[in-house]
Amino acid sequence: MANDVQAGGHAHDEYHPGWPTYWKVALFLTVITAVEVSAYYIPAWETSWIYVPSMLIMSAVKFVVVAAFYMHLKYDHKLFRALFTGPLIIAMVTLIGLLFLFSKLAIKLGMLT
Amino acid sequence: MTATTTPTTDAHADGQGHGGGGHYTTLGLDNRKVAIWTFIGSECMLFASLISTYLIYKGKSPEGPYPSEPWTNPATGQTFPAILNIPVTSFSTFVLLMSSLAMVLALSAVQNKYVPKHSASDRILGSSKLWLWVTCILGITFLGCQAYEFTSFIHEGVSIRTNLFGSSFFTLTGFHGAHVTAGVIWLFTLLAIDYKRGLNPGDSTIVDICALYWHFVDVVWIAIFTLVYLIK
Repeated sequence: MANDVQAGGHAHDEYHPGWPTYWKVALFLTVITAVEVSAYYIPAWETSWIYVPSMLIMSAVKFVVVAAFYMHLKYDHKLFRALFTGPLIIAMVTLIGLLFLFSKLAIKLGMLT
Repeated sequence: MTATTTPTTDAHADGQGHGGGGHYTTLGLDNRKVAIWTFIGSECMLFASLISTYLIYKGKSPEGPYPSEPWTNPATGQTFPAILNIPVTSFSTFVLLMSSLAMVLALSAVQNKYVPKHSASDRILGSSKLWLWVTCILGITFLGCQAYEFTSFIHEGVSIRTNLFGSSFFTLTGFHGAHVTAGVIWLFTLLAIDYKRGLNPGDSTIVDICALYWHFVDVVWIAIFTLVYLIK
């Protein structure tokens, strides 16, 4: 178990990181989560304009790290990456589009009453 | 990260590939992995629609109780506190993140079953049963936290029929909880296989697809935790 990189043993070469990397990723995720929760309880941060963007960025970083290392997207075949990121992009665009359609901005622009 | 590379036994070469029932596509990819990634892609869109619904209705409930601020019922004068319980949810988020760690360690243990283990830590890290159990227990703990949260919400006057917040919140988190429940059942089936005949490197794909599903459930919660709980 001392190896840090291992082959998954499939028809194509599939490399997965070993447990030292998994532990480091877990520590990283824990630290980011702790920072997120701390920010919620710091009034100066929670009320500032930077709060929402910082939360979204930290959440996105956690999402990407889990997908890259635990779901092995960083090491797997690019088709798997496409199968995940393609629908994810469609989902994100749909989400942003819907939020825009139902936002105050859309009302201001006369698109929604 | 060291440069050491240890190939594990191939599913089709070790003669014990009980779980190696998959076929390979022309790209050399296991069709089961292609299927699970396609499924996960479709799940992304399902959860995006649920999260969109929650965010669109956020702050639009004419009546409380509300998620992040207290509310007084004008008819009865009864005051309701902010509903969301951040400490409990932070704990359950941590639990789910750690369950993902346990899941990758379980997969790693299955893939490296035949690698010699020289120390106690190697034997612990190489126990697929241990890590599958840890993942199951952490998943059940997460579900327990969710059950506690739902129960306390109902006691505090918020159900799926109370207001827009209640409807969209219970639908979103309820769907996620159902996915976690399905994941826990899936993990128990892997444990049953492990106890019955042992999971070996030839079974790494069946563990891998369960792990992918479990991590997906985790990344969805990462988004929900931020968008629903932390951003007021």
